[in-house]
Amino acid sequence: MAKVVLKLGDDISTDIIYPGRYMATVLPSETPQYAFADLPEFNSKLKAGQIPAGSVVVAGKNFGCGSSREQAASTLKGYELVIVARNFARIFMQNAINLGLRLVVCPGIEAEEGDELEILPDKIINKTSGREFKVEPLPKARQAIIDAGGLIAYTRQRLLARAGSKKK
Amino acid sequence: MAMTMVEKILARATGQKSVKAGEVVEPKVSLAMSHENAALVINQFMEIYKDTGLKPKIWDPDKIAIILDHRVPAESAKTATNQKKIREFVAAQKIKKFHDIRGDEGGICHQILPENGYVLPGTVVVGTDSHTTSHGALGAFSFGLGATEMAAVWALGRVLNVEVPKTIKVMAKGKFNPYVLPKDFILYLIGQLSAEGANFKVLEYHGPALERMSTSGRLTVANMSVEAGATSGIFPPDKETLRYLKEEAGVKGPVEIFGPDPEAEYDQVIEIDVSRLEPLVACPHTVDNVKPVKKLGRVKVNQIVIGSCTNGRLDDLAIAARILRGQKIARGVRMLVFPASFRIYQQALQLGYLATLIKAGAVIMNPGCGCCLGVHEGALGDSEVALSTTNRNFKGRMGNPKAEVYLCSPAVAAASALTGYITDPGKGGK
Repeated sequence: MAKVVLKLGDDISTDIIYPGRYMATVLPSETPQYAFADLPEFNSKLKAGQIPAGSVVVAGKNFGCGSSREQAASTLKGYELVIVARNFARIFMQNAINLGLRLVVCPGIEAEEGDELEILPDKIINKTSGREFKVEPLPKARQAIIDAGGLIAYTRQRLLARAGSKKK
Repeated sequence: MAMTMVEKILARATGQKSVKAGEVVEPKVSLAMSHENAALVINQFMEIYKDTGLKPKIWDPDKIAIILDHRVPAESAKTATNQKKIREFVAAQKIKKFHDIRGDEGGICHQILPENGYVLPGTVVVGTDSHTTSHGALGAFSFGLGATEMAAVWALGRVLNVEVPKTIKVMAKGKFNPYVLPKDFILYLIGQLSAEGANFKVLEYHGPALERMSTSGRLTVANMSVEAGATSGIFPPDKETLRYLKEEAGVKGPVEIFGPDPEAEYDQVIEIDVSRLEPLVACPHTVDNVKPVKKLGRVKVNQIVIGSCTNGRLDDLAIAARILRGQKIARGVRMLVFPASFRIYQQALQLGYLATLIKAGAVIMNPGCGCCLGVHEGALGDSEVALSTTNRNFKGRMGNPKAEVYLCSPAVAAASALTGYITDPGKGGK
């Protein structure tokens, strides 16, 4: 079971998730402090450790639109948040999968802050409202990366395979 | 099998006879661009090689371009240290297409790539910047990706696990009215499609109105294609592409002119008669919130920005100079001008555009992205309003979530500078 800790609308840009003025900070170990920096109340809760890992952010359509900045994914990954949205912008979705941030595409999702969700592979059950919503699979092209545990690990496998085949 | 532009390019980049939307491919990359976020790419690149026993080496340094443009000259010690780390990496890996903070060859990445002939039609170009869509103006399949994905490209020379995108065909006919510019065309299209209307798809641009458009205008259109969610925007290369590449970008080798197959399959076809377009603005806080200038009412502005990768080219500065010549920017308005590159800066200097703009009251800034994304100069005060020729108006975009940004063409921006409120340039400013 996972609790909805933040509810957002449509077209949440990477400028909202990780404001441009913090972009000189790049390392995944350092980016989490600026997650949703312009939503100071939520940012303070995150930094104070009041949001347990696995908590859910619910959003509308086109979550993560805008800049390709990977900080927008690493900052959320830092708190192991789960993002449930009606759909995601392409680059953000790829960055999230590459870094192992959990995304759930749920076109019909309806949930409020405080609701408890059970997230299954094919559906989300909102335990608070009693309603169920269908989950769409992530793009099939990305499955190998998810299976490998992220793009760094996947690329490393590919490099080693290539180096191995060259030796033969 | 009949193919779209991008299907053709991906077939070639994977050595296949044909590919089709939905297939998963791993295309070879012809050019991989990064800017200051190369600092993160370097970090992730080193991570990939950790404990492998392999030496971290870029697959082909001649295919990497790194341009410092996001916060130039450095606004903080942290940025300066990132830039220093990038320079050291560039030297160690022998990367030649490196554009440092210099008045002779610096500028914004999406202008530096085209003007130096780094982008050729029919190739795959990737960049760690969402506006990498720009280079579709020259007939490349050009798209943005994140830093870790770029690190994988640096290691392997391919983009891994790409799903061949569907394509939306945009057909534009008619003639643009005076003071209606390519920016108005792309704002109109984004308004029609919505900010997610082309998500995971490509916009392929056709029709007589776009065949007559200069490469500069096509760069504006392709640049902002991502604001409709598109993976890329692409123009079939033509005589104008050839002219630009040979005469302006100094390309010596062969340039291929090609188009989609006539029977190619499209996800959707959108027809636009550009003669019906009028000056438009994208209102806060989404780019698809598009309205005609004349329906806005009186919107007072505090800061006007002309330039950036979207509208910082010579024709953009020319029209601003024409509107502002011999006149004064309204009191209470500050106008910042960011040429897209130092080459353009020098041309605008020689042609007198910059002197005209300065005499009118504008401040000429060095080429760079900082103002547009609110990281370096030109920040807005609380409840201030900016009118900008850049590409995004998201909340907080110009460094202040309590401010508002409207997007427009350089003609609307210049006309509005004279009056102090958002003004239709057809009405002659004052």
